[in-house]
Amino acid sequence: MLEYVLKRVGMAFLTVLIIACITFLMMNAIPGSPFLNERSQPPEVLAALEAKYGLDKPLYQQLWNYLTSFVQGDMGVSLKMQKNRDVAEIIFEKFPVSVKVGGWAILNAIVCGIPLGCLAAYNRGKWVDSVLRIITTAGVAIPSFVVCTVLLIVFGVKLSILPTMGLDSWQNYLMPCFALSFYPMCYIARLMRSSMLDVINQDYIRTARAKGVAPVMLIFKHALRNSLIPVITYLGPMVAYTVTGGFVVETVFSIPGLGRYFIQSILARDYPIIMGTTIFLSILIIVMNLLVDIAYKIVDPRISFTKGGE
Amino acid sequence: MPESKVKLGSLQVDVDPVLNAGCSFTAADFEPASQEEKASMVVIKKRMSYWQDAWRRLRQNTVAMVALGVIIAITIFAFIGPSFVPYTYSEQIRGSENLSPMTYSEKEIEAMAAGEEVFPHVFGTDTLGRDLLVRVMYGSRISMTVGVTASLIVLVIGSIYGSVSGFIGGKVDDVMMRIVELIYSIPDVLVVLLLQVVLKDPLTELFDTSTSPFIESLSGIGVGLFSIFITFALLYWVGMSRIVRGQVLMLKKQEFVMAAQCLGASNKKIIKRHLLPNCIGQIVVTTCLQIPSAIFLESFLSFLGLGVSAPLASLGSLASDGLGGIYSYAYRLIIPSVVLSVMILSLNLFGDGLRDALDPRLKK
Repeated sequence: MLEYVLKRVGMAFLTVLIIACITFLMMNAIPGSPFLNERSQPPEVLAALEAKYGLDKPLYQQLWNYLTSFVQGDMGVSLKMQKNRDVAEIIFEKFPVSVKVGGWAILNAIVCGIPLGCLAAYNRGKWVDSVLRIITTAGVAIPSFVVCTVLLIVFGVKLSILPTMGLDSWQNYLMPCFALSFYPMCYIARLMRSSMLDVINQDYIRTARAKGVAPVMLIFKHALRNSLIPVITYLGPMVAYTVTGGFVVETVFSIPGLGRYFIQSILARDYPIIMGTTIFLSILIIVMNLLVDIAYKIVDPRISFTKGGE
Repeated sequence: MPESKVKLGSLQVDVDPVLNAGCSFTAADFEPASQEEKASMVVIKKRMSYWQDAWRRLRQNTVAMVALGVIIAITIFAFIGPSFVPYTYSEQIRGSENLSPMTYSEKEIEAMAAGEEVFPHVFGTDTLGRDLLVRVMYGSRISMTVGVTASLIVLVIGSIYGSVSGFIGGKVDDVMMRIVELIYSIPDVLVVLLLQVVLKDPLTELFDTSTSPFIESLSGIGVGLFSIFITFALLYWVGMSRIVRGQVLMLKKQEFVMAAQCLGASNKKIIKRHLLPNCIGQIVVTTCLQIPSAIFLESFLSFLGLGVSAPLASLGSLASDGLGGIYSYAYRLIIPSVVLSVMILSLNLFGDGLRDALDPRLKK
C-alpha cells in the first residue's frame, strides 16, 4: 500500500515538474521580450533590465530560478491585465469564486446522477429507463456552452426569472451550477446504470432477493455499494472537466472566477498569468486524480496494490 | 471397431484400427453420385466476409442507421449545400443586416417586385449582413473536417506507437507505457489552450513568409485549426495506443505470429500484415468515437475565441458570435448549437452501433 502511494506521488510530482518545464519553455519560445513594448529603449537600459530580472542567464538557469521561486509562491507579476499585480495574489482572489460554482456543480452531479442511474437500472426496459437514456445520451453529446446558452435564453431572457450575470445572490448560482453539472450528471447516471446492471446479476443479489429483501432496499442498500466503484474512478476526470468547463460557464454568465480570468488573460496574452494559472490548475487536477486513485484502491480491496497503473 | 492387439503399456504404435477402417469399403461406395447428392454440395449461401457480417449486424441496429442517415445528411448539407446558395460565407450584403429567418430586406423586396429572383435567407443574417445558412454550412464543414483529420492523426500515431510497444514488449514497453501514462495525466485542455497561445505568432510568421508549396497549402486552414491538429498529434493518441497495445499483446502470443516469425518475416512486416489488420475492428471504433470528441474540443476552443480565425466560421465561433445578440437574435445562437449537438450526438450513436457491430463480444 505504502509503496503504491509513494509510486503514485512520485509520478504525480514528475508530471507537475514536466508541465512546469513545458509551460516555461513554451512561453520562452514566443518571440519578443517583455521589455520590448511601447517606446524603444537604449540597449544599455535593456541590458540592465534583463540583468535585473535574470533574463541574461542561460535558459536552464532561468528555468531553475522560475521553478524555485514558484515553489516559494512567487509566480511573477501580471503584465497587462492588472499591471504589476502579483499573479499568486490574483489567483487566490479569483479561485475561491470558481471553487464555489464548481463545488456546487460537482455536488449536484453526484447527488442527482447516482439516484437517476439507480432509477434507470431499477426500471430497466420500462419507459422511465427509456426517457432517462435519451436524456443522458443527449447530455453527454451536448457541449457545455450549448447547455449554458439554452438555459440563458429560456430562464434568463424569455422567462426572465433568473439573473443572467454576476454572482450576488443564490439565484445567480442556479444556472451556472446546473449548466456545469449537466454533463457529469448524465455521465454518472450512465455509468451508474451499467454498473448497477452488472451487480444486479450477481449471486449475492439473487440470494438477498430469495431471502425476501424488498426490491427498493435491494437496489439502494445491497447493490449500491458495489456499483459505486466505477463512479469513484470518474471523480478525478470530473474535477478536470469542472475546471475546464468552468472556463465556458464563467465566460457565458460573466462570473468573476479564475476560469474567465484565465481565458481573458489568454486573449490579452498576459504570459505570467497564463503560466501561473496553467501550472496551478494542473497541480489541482493532478492532485485530485491522485487522491481519487488512492481512494479507489482503499474502497475496493479486490484490486491489488502492487500492480497499479492500468 | 476391432479390439486393439497391442498390449497396454507397449511402445508399439497402435495402427490396426486406422488401417482396418480404411479397408472396409463395399461396391456401393464406388457408385457415381446422384443428382440429389450433387445438389447438396452446391454452396447456396456465399461466405460472408468480416465487413459484410458487420454491415449486416449494423443494419439491424435502427438507432445506428438513423444516426448514419443524419451524418450523411449533415455531410451533404456541409459539403454540397454551399454550391446551391448564391451567397458566400464572407460576403456582406448591404442593407440586409440582422434579418430574421425567412425575411427579406427592403432592397430585396424591391428587387423581387421588379421580377428578380432573390434567394431567401433561410436562417437569417448576422450583424454584418452575412447569410447565416451559408455560414452554418461552412461551419459544419470545418467542424467535420477537424473531427476527421484529428482522428486520422490520432489513428496513425496511436496505432504505430501502440503496436510497436506491445509487440516488442519488455523494457521498451515499460518505458513507452510510462510515457503514455505521463501524457495521460497531463490536463489536456490546459495544454491545448497554452499551445493555442504559443503557436499563434510563430505559425502566422511561418505562413506569411514561407514560399514552400506544402506550407502554403497548409496556411489555408489557418493558424487556429493548425494548432488544434498539432495538439491532437501531441496529446490525444495515448488512448488509441493503449487499446492497440492491449490487442497486440493478446494477438502476438497466437500461432500465426509465430509461424510468420519462423518463416522469417521482419517485425515491421508482422506488425503491418498480421497484427494491425487483426485489431482493425477496435481501431475503427476508436477512430470513429474520436471524431465527436475532436469536434467537441474544436467548438469549445472556437467558442472561447481561440479556434478558427475570422472570416472563417466554425459552429463554435458562430455560437459565440450569437451570444452577443442573445436578447433580440436568439436564433443565431440556437441554430449553430442545434446543428453541432445533433452532429455530435449522431456521431456518438453511430460509433456505439459500430462497436456493437464490429465486436459483438463487447455488447452489453
